[in-house]
Amino acid sequence: MLGVGAISATALVSSSKAELPVQKEQEEPVFSYDRAKEELEREKQLIAQGNFFTKEEMATITILSDIIIPKDEVSGSASDAKVPDFIDFIVRDMPQHQIPMRGGLRWVDMQCLKRFSKPFRECDQKQQIELVDLIAYPNKAPKELSQGVSFFSRLRNLVASGFYTSEIGVADIGYAGNSPNQWNGVPADVLKQYKLAYTKKQMKECVKFD
Amino acid sequence: MQIKKQSKHYDAVIVGSGAGGGMAAYTLAKAGLKVCLLEAGAMYDPQKNITQLKNPWESPRRGASTKFRPFGDFDACYYGWDVEGEPYTKAPGTEWDWWRARMLGGRTNHWGRISLRFGPKDFKRKDIDGLGENWPISYEDIKPFYDRVDKLIGIFGTNEGLEDHPDGFFLPPPKPRLHELFIQKGAAVSGVKVIPSRLSILTQKLNDDRGVCFFCGQCSRNCSMAKADFSSTNVLIYPALETGNVDVIPNAMVREVLTNEEGLATGVSYVNKDDMMEYQVTGRTVILAASACESSRLLLNSKSKRHPNGLANNSDVVGRYLHDSTGASMGGVLPQLFDRKRYNEDGVGGMHIYSPWWLDNKKLDFPRGYHIEYWGGMSQPAYGFGGGIEGLNGKFAVRGQQKEAGGYGKSLKEDYRYFYGATVGMAGRGEAIPMYDNRCEIDPSVVDKFGIPVLKFNVKWSEHEILQAKHMKETFDEMMHNMGAIVTWGGDYNKENNYGLESPGKIIHEAGTARMGSDPKTSALNKYNQAHDCKNLFVVDGAAFTSQADKNITWTILALSMRASEYIISEMKKQNL
Repeated sequence: MLGVGAISATALVSSSKAELPVQKEQEEPVFSYDRAKEELEREKQLIAQGNFFTKEEMATITILSDIIIPKDEVSGSASDAKVPDFIDFIVRDMPQHQIPMRGGLRWVDMQCLKRFSKPFRECDQKQQIELVDLIAYPNKAPKELSQGVSFFSRLRNLVASGFYTSEIGVADIGYAGNSPNQWNGVPADVLKQYKLAYTKKQMKECVKFD
Repeated sequence: MQIKKQSKHYDAVIVGSGAGGGMAAYTLAKAGLKVCLLEAGAMYDPQKNITQLKNPWESPRRGASTKFRPFGDFDACYYGWDVEGEPYTKAPGTEWDWWRARMLGGRTNHWGRISLRFGPKDFKRKDIDGLGENWPISYEDIKPFYDRVDKLIGIFGTNEGLEDHPDGFFLPPPKPRLHELFIQKGAAVSGVKVIPSRLSILTQKLNDDRGVCFFCGQCSRNCSMAKADFSSTNVLIYPALETGNVDVIPNAMVREVLTNEEGLATGVSYVNKDDMMEYQVTGRTVILAASACESSRLLLNSKSKRHPNGLANNSDVVGRYLHDSTGASMGGVLPQLFDRKRYNEDGVGGMHIYSPWWLDNKKLDFPRGYHIEYWGGMSQPAYGFGGGIEGLNGKFAVRGQQKEAGGYGKSLKEDYRYFYGATVGMAGRGEAIPMYDNRCEIDPSVVDKFGIPVLKFNVKWSEHEILQAKHMKETFDEMMHNMGAIVTWGGDYNKENNYGLESPGKIIHEAGTARMGSDPKTSALNKYNQAHDCKNLFVVDGAAFTSQADKNITWTILALSMRASEYIISEMKKQNL
């Protein structure tokens, strides 16, 4: 096990100037949908804050996000869908995520440092998966790693939120709505599949389209 | 500081632009009266301020809620539980959550469009169970106005011939969705009645000014594209503005109702939130429609020599009998729907079926009924999508394979696809008994940022509501079981948590704080929403309700506001006002 001195030597989460959160230029937020005056002010503030996570934290979030949602035969990965950027935004928008996320990332790095003498992002893929396997399954995870389980569950939720609300993710999940149509009831093949039928009363009284 | 007095004198000064205020403005303006409509929130035009048909990725927070939009980033309603600079207080040990929309059209811009007439018994509940008070009107008095509201605004549903869920003028309802067919089956086994829902959404053309529903399921975003659902803005206020008889003053926080030596209302004073200056506007009548609690706050803050206990409050009932609908809910998954075929089932913005109250309270241990609302299926992904997957993917085999709960990777992606669209849920919305001691009053020591004294709430549920929630939960449990669903939340109900009964205010059906009645000693308003103590003052929002039935109150607010407005016109013609 490494001592505290060794940890700071690896600049795990450095406080040096170069690695402070990136301050973005003051941008005017652009929205494709309605914003009230007070909302626009807050959106501006959120952008002006710059990134919440450091470069190192973002690197870890990106690796973990792509482990949770990798590219497969149906769709791209979490980072293809810019999920890490979403996570950085959402922790600014919902400050209740900030301490659990920052602390959880640190927890992960500490575990890796103990086990592999490197922070998570510098571990090889096998080591990273070894760590993830310890915290990804709440019912079988070792009790002493419960804080890691909580962090991973939170991250999995945020990644799912970010991915399945992206253009890639919506196509993956197959959401077919959000477009003008005429609702004619459950398609006939689906009714048949579930051995269901509309009643005569429903067929008569409900709105129909040819 | 000086007070700027508007030189224009109006026939009616209306405070609040939601269902009640919108209908009053529309009715009076169409009759040629000059109307000033004050709104505490921002100007809003659904034709320009659009959130409809947006994709989740267009929102940086992916549709998550904020303090400005508690029902989500695409929801059409500005503000809600927490309005900056406008606090309220609660008596120790009591609960009240107060929803305040701050925009033209108020909460009608996003509401559920559930449009239920009260039935004949709903006006005479005291005669049935001895609790509360009878209304000073009967169903026959209001029926013509319900009929006209149906025809003016549009509503779908079916005539079922149910005594206390009266027939109306309905457009055809949409066919049930897949999960709704399962609900229907489960409900039948439990003996719970299910009928087509009754929502103010146009499934067929009503008039040339509005289009027809195109089934995006987004009524909560207000129908900017087709004006096919009811909002006060789309259906009442903008058409009223076209008459040229209405001046809207947005960002106008009304401070008090002004009265003269005779005790009659002369107008209102307000703070303009933009320039923070004080203004006064005068009128022949003053109509309050600021929402039940805000209207009673105004009355209580409008003290004068002639009205020392607050305006229209000789009876001391203003602020009293505050009550909300009861609410309890439960959710789960329908394993039959795992791995289901994808298609567009957005439908209308809300349920296609519902359950009106179907039992006889004489055989039950609580006095009043509730209706059940349903949801589920393949909705548009938003923030929170797939949350808590570890509660599902370890419990149910995915395509025949039993997995360890949680996980990651390609296997996890398969799980999200497998479980999508299988959710189902239900919520009860019931009638509470209005109680004398459940009230809002003026807090003696707290003001808002405008210096207006704020409300202090003091509301507690009684055994009646708690036992009703128990019945809801037991019914939901049984129905979920009967339809083959597995409960995933809301199944933990017991005496300690009031059987999951939501805290009062949460259902956002607050009413009763300036109730109507025949006796000026026990009511604030007469049967025309007119103050007993001040004949040119009217209250046309939920405050006027003697009781609120197991039905959402908007349709009744609209009908009563139309009725009161026509009474005002007729009284003006007779020179009584």
